[in-house]
Amino acid sequence: MSRIGVFICWCGSNIGGLLNCPAIAEEAASFPGVVFSTDYKYLCSDPGQKMIVEAVSGYRLDRVVVASCSPRLHEETFREMLKRAGLNPYCLEMANLREHCSWVHQHAQEAAQRKAVDLVRRAVAKAALLEPLSPNRIPVTKRCLVIGGGIAGIQAALDVADAGLEVVLVERAPTIGGNMVKLDKTFPTFDCSACISAPKMAAVAKHPKVKLYTYAQVEEITGYVGNFQARIRQRARFVDHTKCTGCGTCWTRCPTSVPDEFNEGLGKRAAIYIPFPQAVPNKPVIDATNCRQFAEGKCGVCEKLCPAGAIDYTQKDEIIEVEVGAVVVATGFGLFPWEKVYGEYGYGRYPDVITGMGFERLVTAAGPTSGKILRPSDGKEPKTVVFIQCIGSRDEAKGKEYCSRVCCMYTAKHAHQVLEKILDARVYVFYIDMRTFGKGYEEFYRRVQDEGVVYIRGRVSKVFQEGSKLVVKGADTLLGEQVEIAAEMVVLATGVVAAEGAHDVARMIGISVDKDGFFQEAHPKLRPVETHTGGVFLAGACQAPKDIPDTVAQASGAAGKVCALLSKDDLETDPLVSHVNNALCTGCLACQGVCPYRAIQPVTITERLPGRPPRERVVARVNEGLCQGCGACTVACPPGAVDLSGFTNEQLLAEVDAFCLCARTR
Amino acid sequence: MLLGKSQIDPGFLASTARASGQDTLSHCYQCGKCTAGCPTAFAMDYKPNQIIRLLQLGHKEKALGSRAIWVCAGCFTCTTRCPCGIDIAQVMDNLRIVARQEGRTGQGKRAVLFNELFLRSVRRNGRVFETGVVAAFNLKIGKPLHDTELARFMLKGRKLRFVPVRIRKTAEMAGLFAKRKKG
Repeated sequence: MSRIGVFICWCGSNIGGLLNCPAIAEEAASFPGVVFSTDYKYLCSDPGQKMIVEAVSGYRLDRVVVASCSPRLHEETFREMLKRAGLNPYCLEMANLREHCSWVHQHAQEAAQRKAVDLVRRAVAKAALLEPLSPNRIPVTKRCLVIGGGIAGIQAALDVADAGLEVVLVERAPTIGGNMVKLDKTFPTFDCSACISAPKMAAVAKHPKVKLYTYAQVEEITGYVGNFQARIRQRARFVDHTKCTGCGTCWTRCPTSVPDEFNEGLGKRAAIYIPFPQAVPNKPVIDATNCRQFAEGKCGVCEKLCPAGAIDYTQKDEIIEVEVGAVVVATGFGLFPWEKVYGEYGYGRYPDVITGMGFERLVTAAGPTSGKILRPSDGKEPKTVVFIQCIGSRDEAKGKEYCSRVCCMYTAKHAHQVLEKILDARVYVFYIDMRTFGKGYEEFYRRVQDEGVVYIRGRVSKVFQEGSKLVVKGADTLLGEQVEIAAEMVVLATGVVAAEGAHDVARMIGISVDKDGFFQEAHPKLRPVETHTGGVFLAGACQAPKDIPDTVAQASGAAGKVCALLSKDDLETDPLVSHVNNALCTGCLACQGVCPYRAIQPVTITERLPGRPPRERVVARVNEGLCQGCGACTVACPPGAVDLSGFTNEQLLAEVDAFCLCARTR
Repeated sequence: MLLGKSQIDPGFLASTARASGQDTLSHCYQCGKCTAGCPTAFAMDYKPNQIIRLLQLGHKEKALGSRAIWVCAGCFTCTTRCPCGIDIAQVMDNLRIVARQEGRTGQGKRAVLFNELFLRSVRRNGRVFETGVVAAFNLKIGKPLHDTELARFMLKGRKLRFVPVRIRKTAEMAGLFAKRKKG
C-alpha cells in the first residue's frame, strides 16, 4: 500500500477565496492510502515546496498529490521538487482546483467545494497506482535544417552557425532574401531594406558552417527530435553554378521576355535570369516553362554565348539527403490574393489599382521604373494617390478575420514616399483603425499626418474607372459624410496570409496550422517559437503576421532554442509515452492510423511459444522519440495492447471509479 | 449623446439581431463601407453605419425615429459590401417593421402611405398599376401635381399606362392577402 500525501494550495485568493481549503484537506485525510494531508497559501513558493519535501521524509510519503493550478503551469516545478525530496518525479499527481474549479464556479460555492473534494479524491485514486518512471536517452545529430531563406531563415541560420553548429539552409526561390529584399525602405526609420538585408544574405552564403541550397525544396522529413532525416530536392537550374561566373551575358541576350514576379509583374525578365542584381547566389537559373529551348527545342542563345560554357539543358533534379537534429521552419508569408474577391475594387482589371508590394517595387531605385512613382497604365506621375487599408484583413466576409499588423505602418510609409517624390501630390488614406504598435510607430504616423497625408476613417465601397481617373467612393465616418475622390492611382494594402504551400510544409513536417493557415506555436504566450513536435521551431511570419523586428527577434529566439537543444550530446525522452504489449498486439495497426506524430511503425518479431515452432509476426512499435503521449493509440487499439505510461488504463479506470463513488455517496 | 439608462434600451440590439437574423451586428467596427456605397445616404439624417452604431448603443428611439430607415431604398449595396457580413438592408427593413408596429412612422409617413397604396394596387390588380398609385398618392398628400414633370419621360418610355393591366386570377391574389392578414 502506498503512502500518499495530499497538499491543497490556496493560490492566494485564486482558490482560497472561494474554496475552504482546510476542509478539503481534512476530508482528503480519510481517503484510502492518505497518511498526511494539509493546506498552504502558496505551494509553489519556496517555503511551500520545502514543507512538502519535509513532509515526504517526515511521514515517509511515496506518492504526492498536489491540488493547485493547472499541471501545465507547475507540474514541472513539483516534479523537480519531488526529485529533491528523493522521490521519483513521476510519483506526482495534480488536481486542478483553480482552472477547473474556483475560477469557473465563482457563483456556486457549495457545489464548487464538493467538486474540489471529488477532484482530490480522483487524484488520490490515481496516485495510489502511479509507477516510478525513468526517461530514456537518445543521441543528437548536431546539425540544424532551416527551411526558408527570408530574413527569418537567414537570421536563424546565422545565429545557429555562429554558435559553431552546422546549418543547412533551403530556399525554394532562385535567391535567398525572401519578401524583405523586395521592399524599398523600412518603417519607421527608412533603413533601405536591400542595404540592410544584403550583408546578411552575403554573410549566410559565405559562412563556413552554412550549407546553402537555393532553388531547392525539402520534400520529406522523417525521424524525431535530435534525429531527423531530410530529403531535399535541388531543382535543375540548367546552369552549372560551379562554372558560371555570373557575367550576365546570358540574361541580357535572352530573346524571351515574361512578366517579372519579383517586380510584382510591373516589369519584365528573361527566361534565364537572376531575380535582382544583388541576388545570392548571383548566378542565373533557366525558367524552363518560358524558355524557347525547352518549349520549341530551338534557340540555345545562352548556350552559344556563355563564355564559361556553364549552360546545361540536360541537367536533372538532384536529391540530397541530410541528417539534422533540429528544424527551424521559416517559410514566411504570402499576400492576400485580392483580385479574386474584391470585385468592388475591380478584380485587378484597372491597371492603376496596385498593391502595397507593387508600390514598393515602383518606389525602389532597383525597380522597373528606377524609383519613379509612375502609373502602370500610361507611365504618368499620379498627382492624387489613394491608399486603402485592410484589404483582406479584418474582413470576415472575405474570409480573413485577423489584423495583418504591418499594413497601417507600410501604408504610412508609402504615403510619406509619395509626398517625398511627387511635389504637389495629394495623398488620402482610408483606414478603419490605426494600429501603430511598435517602437517609434505612433510618432511616425503623426509625422506623416504633419506632412499633409489626409487620413479618412472609413472603408471604400467602390473604385471605378472614369476616363483616366479612378473614382474612389468612400465615407468619412467621423464626419458622417460620403466622400468621393478622383484618384490617379489607388494602392491597396493587401494583408498578410499564410505562404503558398504552407499546408503541405506543415503536413510534411508533422506540425499543425491554425484556422488561418499559419503554423501553430506550442503556447501563444510562453512557447511562441516551439511547435508541438519536439525539435521543430518556428521563425517569422509563417507563425503569424509580423514586422521585420519581430521576425528577427523570433528567429534569434528559435536559434537560441536550437542551440540549447543541440548543445546536448544526448536527450532525455519524456517517459510519458505509449508502449505496445507484443503478446496482445494483433498487428492490425489501427494505432498507426490515428497517431498524429507518425510515431508508430510496424515491426516483424519472431514469436517463440513453448511447444510450437517459432513464427514471424507483425506488431506495432512506438518510437519514443516521436511519441508525444497523446494517447490516441490506446483508445484505437481493439485488444488493448497499447498503454500509455503515466496514464495507464488501470490508472484511468481508478479515477473513473473514484468519480462514480462520489456520485453514489451523494 | 447621453448614454444614461433612461435614454437607452440595452436589449434592442439583441432583439433586432434576432428579428433580422444577424448574428454579427455587434462585430461592426464602423468602417463605413455601407455608407460609402449607399445611393440614398445623401438624404439620410443618420448614415447607415450610424444606424448600426445607434443599435449597438441601444438608442432605440433615435433609430426608430430616424428618417434614414425610410429613405433606405433596399438596394442591398451595403449588404453586399459589408466586411462583417451584416445584412444592413435587412436590418433597415426590420427597423421599419418595428417602427410600424409601435406606431412610430412620423418620419416615414409618405413611405408608409406609398407602401399601403402600392399593396392595395397589387391586391386589386395582381400587379402594380403605377399611374393609379401615383394619382392616389398625390391626392392623399394634397399635391396633385407632385412629380408630374417626370410623367412625360415615363410615358415616352412606355413605363406608365392609363388603364390597369390585371392578372387573370385576381381572386388568388386576394386570397394571399387574406391569408397574410389572418396571420
